[in-house]
Parts: sequence; C-alpha cells; structure tokens
Amino acid sequence: MLAHLPILQVVIPLMAAPLCWFLNRSKLVWIFALLVCSATFINSVLLLIEVMNSGTIIYELGGWEAPWGIEYRIDKLNAFLLLIISSIGTVVMFAANTSIQKELSEDRHTLFYSLYLLSLTGMYGIVATGDAFNVFVFLEISSLSAYALIALGKDRRALWAAFQYLIMGTIGATFILIGIGMLYQMTGTLNMSDLAIRLVDVGHTRTVFAAFAFLIVGICLKLALFPLHLWLPNAYAYAPSIVTAFLAATSTKVAVYLLIRFTFTVFGISFSFTSLPLQDILMVLGLVGVFVASITAIYQQNVKHILAYSSIAQVGYMIIGYSINTSTGVMATLLHLFNHALMKSALFLALGAVMYRIGSVQLSQFQGLGRQMPLTMSAIVIGGLSLIGVPLTVGFVSKWYLLIASVEAGMWPVAVLILLGSLLAIVYIWRIVEMAYFKPPLPGRDTVKEAPWTFLGPIWALVIANIYFGIDTRLSVQIAQAASQSLFGINP
Amino acid sequence: MFLGLYNYWIVVLLMMIGFYIVIAHGNLIKKLVGLTIFQTSVFIFYISVGMVERGSAPILAEGISDYSNPLPHVLILTAIVVGIATTALGLALVIRIKESYGCVEEDEIQKLDQLNEEKS
Amino acid sequence: MVIAIAIVRMTDLLAVVMLTGIYGLVSASFFVVLDAVDVAFTEASVGAGISGLLMLAAITITGRKEAPKRHKPLISLFVVFVTGGMLIYGTMDMPYFGAVDAPVHQHVAPRYIEQSMEEVGIPNIVTSVLGSYRAFDTLGEVAVIFTAGIGVMSLLSLPRRRKKPQTDDATEEQMHERHMVVRIVSKALIPFILLFALYVQFHGDFGPGGGFQAGVIFAAAIILYTMLFGLDTAQKVFNPSVIQLLAAVGLLLYASVGVVSMLNGANFLDYNVLADDALTGQHIGILVIELGVGITVASVMLSIFFNFDARRQALQNNNKQKGEQDVSRTL
Repeated sequence: MLAHLPILQVVIPLMAAPLCWFLNRSKLVWIFALLVCSATFINSVLLLIEVMNSGTIIYELGGWEAPWGIEYRIDKLNAFLLLIISSIGTVVMFAANTSIQKELSEDRHTLFYSLYLLSLTGMYGIVATGDAFNVFVFLEISSLSAYALIALGKDRRALWAAFQYLIMGTIGATFILIGIGMLYQMTGTLNMSDLAIRLVDVGHTRTVFAAFAFLIVGICLKLALFPLHLWLPNAYAYAPSIVTAFLAATSTKVAVYLLIRFTFTVFGISFSFTSLPLQDILMVLGLVGVFVASITAIYQQNVKHILAYSSIAQVGYMIIGYSINTSTGVMATLLHLFNHALMKSALFLALGAVMYRIGSVQLSQFQGLGRQMPLTMSAIVIGGLSLIGVPLTVGFVSKWYLLIASVEAGMWPVAVLILLGSLLAIVYIWRIVEMAYFKPPLPGRDTVKEAPWTFLGPIWALVIANIYFGIDTRLSVQIAQAASQSLFGINP
Repeated sequence: MFLGLYNYWIVVLLMMIGFYIVIAHGNLIKKLVGLTIFQTSVFIFYISVGMVERGSAPILAEGISDYSNPLPHVLILTAIVVGIATTALGLALVIRIKESYGCVEEDEIQKLDQLNEEKS
Repeated sequence: MVIAIAIVRMTDLLAVVMLTGIYGLVSASFFVVLDAVDVAFTEASVGAGISGLLMLAAITITGRKEAPKRHKPLISLFVVFVTGGMLIYGTMDMPYFGAVDAPVHQHVAPRYIEQSMEEVGIPNIVTSVLGSYRAFDTLGEVAVIFTAGIGVMSLLSLPRRRKKPQTDDATEEQMHERHMVVRIVSKALIPFILLFALYVQFHGDFGPGGGFQAGVIFAAAIILYTMLFGLDTAQKVFNPSVIQLLAAVGLLLYASVGVVSMLNGANFLDYNVLADDALTGQHIGILVIELGVGITVASVMLSIFFNFDARRQALQNNNKQKGEQDVSRTL
C-alpha cells in the first residue's frame, strides 16, 4: 500500500466527492468529508516522511513509463506543499458544519462538501503531478470548484466576484495552455523532467521564450500578483467564510508552487533568470504589490477586504523571496507559504466565527467584540501579530529569513522596504484591534455570545500552531531548507 | 518562410479576436462567447502542431504508414471538455447575475454595486 | 475568421450565438482537414451543439440585446496587441506547419503510432492514448465535467417544485400542438440518435468516437425531446435525481477501474492486470472507462440543461404571476 501513497493522495478525495451524493444528509456528509480530509492529511504526512528519508518517489500511472504515460513525481518541495494543503483543508473542515448551517441553505450542503473535496483534489493533483498537461487539467478542477464555491456566498456580489474570477482564471489557464503547447511543439514531450532535459537544446529559440512568457503571465494571474490581483479581494470577501479560509490559505500557494516548479525544474535556473529580466520585474512587482495592497487594506471598511488585500501583500513577500533567487530566498518563500497558510486560515476562520454570531464582518460592527467574544478576538490579535511579523510568531520566522536572504544577496534597499511594509501591516491590524477592544459595544445590540467550540477548536489549533512554529522552528525550517536546496541542486 | 508559418498566424489572429471580445466587451454572455473563441483557436493551434504533411488520421489501417500525431488530439479532446465545462458554469453564473442584478452588462453591475456601498 | 469578426461587431446576442455555432462547425471541419477526426467530432457536437444550446437557453433568460459600447477599447486593444505580438514573435522559430521532422513527431508520439497495436491492441490511436497511456488525464477531464455539473447545480437548482397551475399546462399543450409535424418527425428520429450514440460509444476503439462524444449525442437527443415536449414530460421520463446519481456513478466507475488494478497489485489505472492476458485487460479497461465517461458526460449535460430550463420556467411563472397581480391591481 505504501507504494501507492502518491496516487491515493489525489484519488481518495476524487472518489469521495461523488460518494457524498449517496449520503445526502448534511451532518453525515460532513463527518464523511472530515474523515476523507484527515485521511489525505495522514497520507501526506507519510509521504513527506518517505520523501525525506528515501528521496524522490516516482509513480507511473497506468503502468506506462514517462514520458509516454503520466507520472507522479513527489520530491521534498511538493511533499511539503501537499502537507500544507491537506493540514489546512482538514482543520478548516472541522468548522465547516457549523459555519455553513448559518450561511448556506440546507439543500446546498451536500453540493458544498462535494465541491470542497473536488477543490482539494484539484490542488493535490496540480502539486503532485510531473506532467505539464496534467497540471492544466487539475488546475481546471480546482478553479471550477473554486468559482462555484465562491458563488455560494449569500451576497449577490459573490456572483459577480465569481464571474470575474472565472474570466480571469480562464484567461490565465488558457495562457498556461498556450505555453504548454509551445513547449510541446519544441520538444515533443509533456513530462516535466523530460522537458527539462530537452529544453536545453532549444532554449535559445524565440518560441521557448514566448512559451515561458505565457506560462509566467498565466500563473501570475492565478497567483494574484500585483497588478493581476483584481479578482481576488471581492472573491475572498463575498465567498462563504469557510471557503475564504480554505482558499486564502491554499489556492495562491499552489500558484506559487507552479511558478517555482516551472522556473526551477522545467526551464532551469539559468534560463529562467538570465533570458529575461524576470528577477527584476518580479522583484519590483512584488514590492509594489506589498505597498499598494497594504495601503489599500488600510482604507477598507470590510474586515474580509482588509485581510484579502493583506493576502495580496503577502503574495508580494513570497515573490520577493523567490526573485532574490538564492537558496535562502526560496527557502524564505517556502516558509512563508507554510506560515501564511497558518495565519490566514486562523484569521479567516475567526472572521467566520464573527460572521456566525453577528452576521456581518463590517469593521464598524466589531465595536466592543473584544469583551464579548474574547477567545475569537484574541485569536484575531495573535493572527494579526503574526501577519505583522512580531517575534515568537511564525510571521517573524519567515520575515526574518526573507531579510537574511536579501541582505546576503546584498539587496539592502529590499530589506528596508520589507520592514516598511510590515509597518503598514501594523496599521491595518491596529484598526481592527482598536474597534474591538477600545470602543464600547454597539448600542441596541444584544450581548454577543462567544463562538461555539466547533469554531474555537480549529481556530485555536491554528493559533497555537502559529506560536509553536514561531518558537520551535526546527521542523518547518528543516523541510523548507531541504526543499529549496534540492531545487538549487545543493546536496545537504 | 512565411508560407510555412501562415497557419499559425491565422490562429494567432483568431486568438486575439477572441481575447479582445473577452476584455473589451461589457456584456457577460459576449465575454463568454469570446472566451470560447479564444479557447477554440488555441485548440486549432495544438492540432496544427500535430499535423503531418501527407499524413492521415491516426487510426491504424493497412497500407498507411504516415499518421498525424495523435497526442495533440488527445490533449485537445480533454481541453474541449474543460472548455465546455467552463462555459456552462459561466452561463449559470450569468443567469444568477441576471436574476439578482437585473442586467448582464459589466458597467451597470459595477454601478449598482457602488450605489449599494454608498447606501450602507 | 470572418465569422469571428462578425461576432465582435454584432450586438444582437441571438445572432452571436448562432454565429458561434457556425464557428464551431467551421473549426470542426478545419480539424477534419488537419486529420483530427476525433477532435472534429467532438468539436462539432460541443461547439456547434451543446454550447450553442446552453447559450440559447441562457439568453432566453437574460435577454438578447447587448448594450452599445460606452467604454474606450484602447487599453484592451493595447493588451491584445502585446499578447498577439508575443505570439507572433513565438511563431518565428516554430517548425514549419506540417513539417515531418518537427520535434513533436520525433519524440514520444512515434511509440504511440508504432507500438500501440501491440501494447493496447486497438486501431484508433487516439482512443488508446486517451484511454490508456494518458488515462489519468481523462479521469481528470471527467472530474472537471462532474465539477461543472455540481457547480451549475449549486448555482441554479431550485427547491422541489410544486405543482404548476393548470392554465400553464394548457398553453404549453397548445404550443406543442402547433409543432405537430416537428414532433412526429423528431419522435421518429430520437431513437435513431440514441442508437447512434450507443454505436459511437462502443465503436470508439475502431473509428472516431468514444465515451465523450457518445455522451454528448445522447444528451442532445434527450434535450431535443425536452425542447419539444416540455421540461415536465421529459423529467417524468428522465428523473433528475437519478440523472444526478448517474453522474456520480460514471466518475466512480472510472476511478474504481483504477482501484481494481491497484488491488491486483499494479499501478493505478494499469489495465494489464484486469485479465489474464494484457491485451484483453486493456480492452476491458478502455471499455469500462469509456462507459464511465459516457455516463457522466451525458448525465451532467442533461442536468445542466434541465437546471437552465427549470430556471427559465420559474422565471416565466414569476413574471406571469406578477403580471396577473398588476392586472388585478389596476382593476
């Protein structure tokens, strides 16, 4: 059974999604979905252990060897990603039952769980596969389910947001398709490692260059990298809370993974960073993204919007780390992937709890919540501190490595700008804190009760993880380091 | 050299027409139509790549030795399905948008949203 | 080409949709010219068939006029030109169209052409690549369709409908009477279409066709039936909840083939172990997964269409009720 781990990761949720329909009782489906998520989580842990101990696992689907068949190729990088996605997916699922009872009508529940599992399937598939076209197929599974999930939001703006996302996402996917097509045309293969070998000979051609450009732009659309981020804020703000918590923590991460995978593994570092001024372009876009998004976040009235813009800023940090193009830089990016997933899912889940109790996440509605929902609000405070990058939280760890990486590479201005960006985070987090703790409760509103334990459990699990991995960095740093070193071909 | 590439250029032109419809037009259905054209032209590109001169359809038969490349065909079969899936979902969204906003024009929807926000 | 430009200029959405259908048909014939019969088949049934139908169903709800343009298209034109320029730039170093020595034809593909007969044992190479070498992509594709199906359902499905007012049935009845000839002709046609779908389904090994095309044709036949006899009659014959379950069954059927081969000690979707003899195993595997594809595609397409149509009817009923209220108010 151990040999089948890579494929089980994807097939378990894939088969579970249609099975949901046969259960058709909200609670039952939830328990089932939760079990499925946990199974994939355990599976990903086993995979990671296996990969760390014995190196890359290759799994040939249908028994056809690559490049004729499709292969799964699990190395340290995607094993790490699988773990991030599956852990967040599972923890968020805990709160799903409670949250969607308030936010969705009864007859949508089964559909919701199916879509959630399919979305999970899509992301696992993208991360695990070693075949370029297979990426596209699974990308579409995850995107289509994401559009549908977002459109489940109560507000009618959710529909509009989902539609915009659909248009942008499909353009992105089609760009990726064009890129893959050109690559195929020049090399005759779709397998990533085979591509890497064969691209060396044709790397100088204009077609490969164009393919590269299309892939990068397509991925950046999915990534919501500034200035291609326009679909993101509304999509996050109007989706059901659970969906926001899940997607915010996972979907952009998958896009970052794709970026790393294509530039490092397929095209190779020397091509990616010499043939184009990619490093400079992405660095600038990342930095501008951090500032524009953070400043926009400060002026938002809807707390979900604040956090959504902050997500765009965080994507900026990841891209900065990536474009420093050193082993430490990429390691910082990977760490930030993990850490940002932890803090954003905690924050958005806490918002889901607020939504559950007061039915709104407008900033003005937060007045006095600090005393009425102490546990939820303190979770938001800790998550916020982590977002800023205060020591003893995970946010600090990744910012720290990001600073080290930029200083090592001699990019002092970048380091300074990163620090400045963090200052902006203080401002928008402070607005929430101020509202919740230093304003009297809204007059005319009944006392708000603390969130139910089904919310508090997962929220605090994530918050504790935030602190734990902020203090004991051995595990996460070790994995991220190993993954990034393997990308640069350094053997530890 | 130009003769050898003309097919690709037509495809590029088609792609750009589709792409233009998607980003420049305000009507949501029209946007989806544009998306379809954009995708279909990418399909034609793939199939052109797989074309072999004097080859025949990739179904094995006696006496034929040159076949066109089957792999792009397979990929595009998959991609067509993905395309129709996206279109269907997009149309469903448009229907819902029509029901809740009462219109399917991009700028009108944005106006309505702004009005809403100013009120609240 | 001309059609595409016409689509840009038109503001009447109905005409646009019609043209899109024609565009689909033209590209399908283009695929035939390029020797891609399987793809042509699919594009004809999808581009000219299903997607047109769905779009038609959608514009009956949303209205068919596009507002005249008010914004400046300059920025979009700029973006389009940059992208197009990039593409043209990319084509510069491409191998010539149809060139036999292009890298595409040197690597990977030759094995499919030369050895698929021994390894998979069916003459249609496209089917053997689709069903066996790259079967996992196809599984993904079925999952995409399935996702779209639930997505549409989560957006459009209505709570169980109550009995419709009597008057409504009467008017619908009348309308159907008017189309008597069409009804009889199509009634005679539908069984043949369904038969043809089955033929396509099981003949995919030898000629162009397969589960996907068959599913689409099958769905199209029933959609035709629905259009002529009304949604209610159709749903009496094809129960929507059964159809939904069937969509799930198709996907499960496909995936369980993979699981079975895993249980038999081989990798996921390795058909060689399904029977004593590798070739028979491949045959069984491909047959079953094509069946799974066909079931899911047909039922998802149907349920999408039913959902669209149910929305339309609900909307019309609402309008009618509103109209009646208005009338009574004025009285």
